[in-house]
Amino acid sequence: MNLDFSPEDLAFRDEVRAFVAENYPDALRAKSSDGEDLSKEDFLSWHKILARKGWVAPSWPKEWGGCRWTSTQKYLFGEEMARADAIPVLPFGVAMVAPVIYTFGTQEQKDRYLPKIYNGEEWWCQGYSEPGAGSDLASLKTKAERITGDDGKEYYIVNGQKTWTTLAQHADWGFFLVRTNPEAKIQEGISFLLIDMKTPGITVRPIITIDGGHEVNEVWLENVKVPVENRVFEENKGWTCAKFLLAHERSGIAGVARSKRGVERVREMASAEFGDDGDNLLKDADFKRKVAELEIDLTALEYTELRVLASESAGKGPGPESSLLKIKGTEIQQRLTELALEAAGHYASPYFRGFPADGDNMHPIGPDSAHRTAPNYFNTRKTSIYGGSNEIQRNIIAKMVLGL
Amino acid sequence: MDFNFSEEQSMLRDTVASFLQDKYDFEKRQKLIKSESGWSAEIWESFANELGILGAPFSEELGGLGGGAIENMIVMEEFGKALVVEPYLGTVVIGGGFLKHSGYAGAADLIGGIIEGKVTIAFGYAEPQARYNWADVKTTAKKEGDGYVLNGHKAVVIGAPWASHLIVTARTSGGQRDEDGISVFIVEKGAKGIVTRDYPTVDGQRASEVYLENVTVPASALIGEEGKGLPLVNKVLDEAAAAACAEAVGAMRKMHEQTLDYARQRKQFGTAIANFQVLQHRMVDMFMNVEQSVSMTYMATLKLDESDAERAKAVSAAKVQIGKACKFVGQNAIQIHGGMGMTEELAVGHYFKRATMIEGLYGSVDHHLRRYETLSFGKAA
Repeated sequence: MNLDFSPEDLAFRDEVRAFVAENYPDALRAKSSDGEDLSKEDFLSWHKILARKGWVAPSWPKEWGGCRWTSTQKYLFGEEMARADAIPVLPFGVAMVAPVIYTFGTQEQKDRYLPKIYNGEEWWCQGYSEPGAGSDLASLKTKAERITGDDGKEYYIVNGQKTWTTLAQHADWGFFLVRTNPEAKIQEGISFLLIDMKTPGITVRPIITIDGGHEVNEVWLENVKVPVENRVFEENKGWTCAKFLLAHERSGIAGVARSKRGVERVREMASAEFGDDGDNLLKDADFKRKVAELEIDLTALEYTELRVLASESAGKGPGPESSLLKIKGTEIQQRLTELALEAAGHYASPYFRGFPADGDNMHPIGPDSAHRTAPNYFNTRKTSIYGGSNEIQRNIIAKMVLGL
Repeated sequence: MDFNFSEEQSMLRDTVASFLQDKYDFEKRQKLIKSESGWSAEIWESFANELGILGAPFSEELGGLGGGAIENMIVMEEFGKALVVEPYLGTVVIGGGFLKHSGYAGAADLIGGIIEGKVTIAFGYAEPQARYNWADVKTTAKKEGDGYVLNGHKAVVIGAPWASHLIVTARTSGGQRDEDGISVFIVEKGAKGIVTRDYPTVDGQRASEVYLENVTVPASALIGEEGKGLPLVNKVLDEAAAAACAEAVGAMRKMHEQTLDYARQRKQFGTAIANFQVLQHRMVDMFMNVEQSVSMTYMATLKLDESDAERAKAVSAAKVQIGKACKFVGQNAIQIHGGMGMTEELAVGHYFKRATMIEGLYGSVDHHLRRYETLSFGKAA
């Protein structure tokens, strides 16, 4: 046991640091520090730079562009990305559908989809949740009936509604859970379909969330015709893919490196703000106590994640312990936004999105650090709800780890 | 970075665990703590000669197993699982720590004695007025001839009734709370002028109020430099705190395990109470507390040899996590056991008592939060 980085690890870290410093787009840096909404092109610009470098999907199999990094290298890479405030690579293609495709897909599916995901040529969204199927995902109702088309080929005709579909407004493709056998037990009649979002019958409608942003959408499917070869894995075995996807790549879900940056930002904010006694807010005993407790909890999470990474690299796949990372990681992300909001004081309140109509950065009232704190706080409430709510994660640990 | 145990370390764990399973089950332990002496010299002898674990953190040149803090962590976690009362913490971790880090002239002999099981040590650092401020020392050591004369009162010296030697802090100069002027002495417990009042503790250990009444010691009793003892005390108590974290992890693992077992077999409303989601989530939260405590114990243990500030920050962070977890896991273990958890008969209550005492051992949650804040944010204006 030791915490040392080998000379190779340190060289790797320096290489990543130098690469990010040289290649991260300035325009993107300016936009994120101003808290502006990112466009599709913004997200893809960094994705494509990482793809050219060969670093966009480190965990994939080598033949499809994976890096075979050690757990320490993955850790260092994440640290460097957070340190530079680089926007994350969106998970829907790289971290969610791609592992399902390279694990369960046919050779044709791998050849067709993986390179375009890797290079950022196709944007993916996730069609899982439905109005009546949230935490109880398996109760989903969107149905797919198999027909033979006029061209003699086999198709599914898909009807139903998906919701909370993140960034579907930009998506070229979506991976959907649909019910192919309404007679079977609820988890046994589900299939995993890849659907071209330009297919006739698909309507994407925005949902505006309490922070005022447009991240999520409703996706309506009305007689959407999907070729049978777009199904991954066997018919009615989609739940296997869904479960695999939920357990995969969970180690990053803790968001430790980004939360460490978040703590630094809260400390910077609090050193520029004043407490009631006119002294620096970071010296306020009560505020300081909350920051200290958060830092300590984050350290505990960091070392737990390192232990999980270590056991993964020792050959054990990601297990249900990753639910712990999700719960603690999201709780910490939420507490960070609470502290930032608190630190901002009065200037958390001004809100200019859509006033008049040109974004919320046109009227810099109060300190720059303050003007996104309230929307961030509101937006981050989602983290304990999405990806399997934290209550569901506790159910998973109770069942899979504690055997209850 | 590497979080794996070496083969030797895994063997050490297995050896200790199987010995304790065989010789130190809950009933034997209960008998032991109620006996007149409150510990087993025979078990201690086995630790020394059968298992060799009293040499775990000492170099091979000194006759030890060549390990260090990780070995202490392994032993203490297993001790925590069995609620071992014998004074490994006081003797090997603290006594051994002082002897290893100070360049003390008599260290090799005393360490040899520890490894053979002949030397047992208790550390008197607390005083009735001092709470967790190790610099608050009223006990005095006055230079006289070649040696010193010690006078003072050391509070709740854990393991003192079993000790062959005491290590104590005493003031050789300065005011009551000055950081300078503190010296560390080692003295045979039988020395003239040492008066003890021995008593059991709530968690099954034994301790003493130690009164030093004109105790004359030679210059060779001084460990480290005169008046400069505080940094050494801080280092050794940080090592002790990390070891206590490991012990707490062992105790918490047992409480969690016992709670799961109990919830599976206890039936109410026609079903095992383990089927109630409200209790499942509570037990998941206990699990998360334990796992986070394991992580923090590793982190602190692996940072014990870093700079004073880094080490102290790491240990305080760990002690905060472990202190909170001891409370949460302990209280909920009792709660989920219901009335049975309140009884003397069940082991869980005894783990709860030990875990509760570890919460305050070497500094409470608040104490360590304050120390962490000072290290992380700078001293308050």
